[in-house]
Amino acid sequence: MNQTSESVVSARQLGLTFETNDGPVHALTGVDLSVNKGDFVSFIGPSGCGKTTFLRVIADLEKPTSGTITVNGLSPEEARRKRAYGYVFQAAALYPWRTIENNIALPLEIMGYSKQEQKERVDRTLDLVNLSGFGKKFPWQLSGGMQQRASIARALAFDADLLLMDEPFGALDEIVRDHLNEQLLKLWDRTNKTICFVTHSIPEAVYLSTRIVVMSPRPGRVTDVIESPLPRDRPLGIRETPEFLEIAHRVREGLRAGHSYDE
Amino acid sequence: MMEKPSVFQERVLPVLTILFALLVIWYVAVVFLNAPFERDTAGRAGTTITFSEILPKTMFQQRPVLPAPHQVIAEIWDTTVNKAVTSKRSLVYHAWITLSATLLGFIMGGVLGILLAVGIVHNRAMDRSFMPWVIASQTIPILAIAPMIIVVLNAIGISGLLPKALISTYLSFFPVVVGMVKGLRSPEQIQLDLMHTYHASKAQTFWKLRWPASMPYLFASLKVAVAISLVGAIVGELPTGAVAGLGARLLAGSYYGQTVQIWSALFMAAALAATLVMVVGLAHTAVLKRMGIKP
Repeated sequence: MNQTSESVVSARQLGLTFETNDGPVHALTGVDLSVNKGDFVSFIGPSGCGKTTFLRVIADLEKPTSGTITVNGLSPEEARRKRAYGYVFQAAALYPWRTIENNIALPLEIMGYSKQEQKERVDRTLDLVNLSGFGKKFPWQLSGGMQQRASIARALAFDADLLLMDEPFGALDEIVRDHLNEQLLKLWDRTNKTICFVTHSIPEAVYLSTRIVVMSPRPGRVTDVIESPLPRDRPLGIRETPEFLEIAHRVREGLRAGHSYDE
Repeated sequence: MMEKPSVFQERVLPVLTILFALLVIWYVAVVFLNAPFERDTAGRAGTTITFSEILPKTMFQQRPVLPAPHQVIAEIWDTTVNKAVTSKRSLVYHAWITLSATLLGFIMGGVLGILLAVGIVHNRAMDRSFMPWVIASQTIPILAIAPMIIVVLNAIGISGLLPKALISTYLSFFPVVVGMVKGLRSPEQIQLDLMHTYHASKAQTFWKLRWPASMPYLFASLKVAVAISLVGAIVGELPTGAVAGLGARLLAGSYYGQTVQIWSALFMAAALAATLVMVVGLAHTAVLKRMGIKP
């Protein structure tokens, strides 16, 4: 396989079929894709297009049934064993019996960091997601947006260069979501991580990404990959510029070509 | 704006109302159940007796069919406060005998239940093979198996506290197994996936996720377990001619028609059960509070 050292995720003819009682479900078919270091890649499409499944394959939470995929040049399982990525789920999935700082320290405890280093990293990542001063609170004492920020901090606490985010802001209202999108871009800029981001919001995908992967359902597949010409520095106002609207239009066309709007 | 009801109105009044109703029913029953004895006595003496003469007599019989509440209270007072706790006539002494077997059985049952649940959750073969037997064990009437346990253990030289505690164990491990299997499986898939992404070991997943998640289930089943532990200990004292313990008091009372003694032992057992459940409840609250669960 011809693969540059810059490639973080590389999939070739990747397929995943779930066997169900109603017959096989083709969650992914023939996915060819590579994600380069420092990219912010969004996966967009209607439900059932396999975007979350693809992310879970990268994370070794699902096993592909055909094709190949490498993460940092390794198999997903090897990459997971080396703790190559941080995963942010749709829900914050904080443990309710742990304070926010102890939740962020959870992966650090498991990975065997010293107490001293745990504390430093918790403080640093809390600061990174603007939650300084909330470390001693329990999850239920925080709003949904703050909980999701804490879960991002948890994924950032250890040194994974790859961040996998599965509709992390899907359950939040639009005002909070705008704010978190802006913060996420700043964080990406500062940390230089590679981010794979699943969403079903066109503006969110266009605003955040350097590349947008448009996907379609039945069978789940990639229909278009769009390179964004937008600059790295993106104020919220960029969403009203003609360039932005043009990319959004192309994403919409891609979704339409994949019959995503039928039914 | 509505006035906030006082603690008395909210909590105490309903309880007192029921208590009062129960006492009224009890006293009425005392009169009707104990009256025939007075009529027979009068009949044998060749005299007739009016209802107003019967009424006070039914309240103070030596061996009433149903003792009056004040007789039971007087007996409990006499056998707790007026007797040294080491005396065989002291209800406190008998309660302690039963309580010690209850607590030992409860601890063994709790530990056994937790260990079985951990095995069942982590091992597919154990899940398949053990769970049906755990359920089957509870379909056997305890009254049938208790004497056999006592007799068999006695034959190999084990008697006293342990056989009774084992009967308590036999009863109390069951709710703990069922509750803990459910509790250890209560973490959501997303919380388990998170552990998977960290490449956490089984032990780490257990101590950092499954165990803390199971705490509410553990305490709910411990409340049931401690109450039936007491039942187990009392049942263990019944068929063996035990000389001490609340079960022995019940048995001796029924041999000699000492209904007042039976009822006071019953009330002592009820009070003991209520206290034990309350202690587990307090431990539950304390643990959840320490864990920071939303109040």
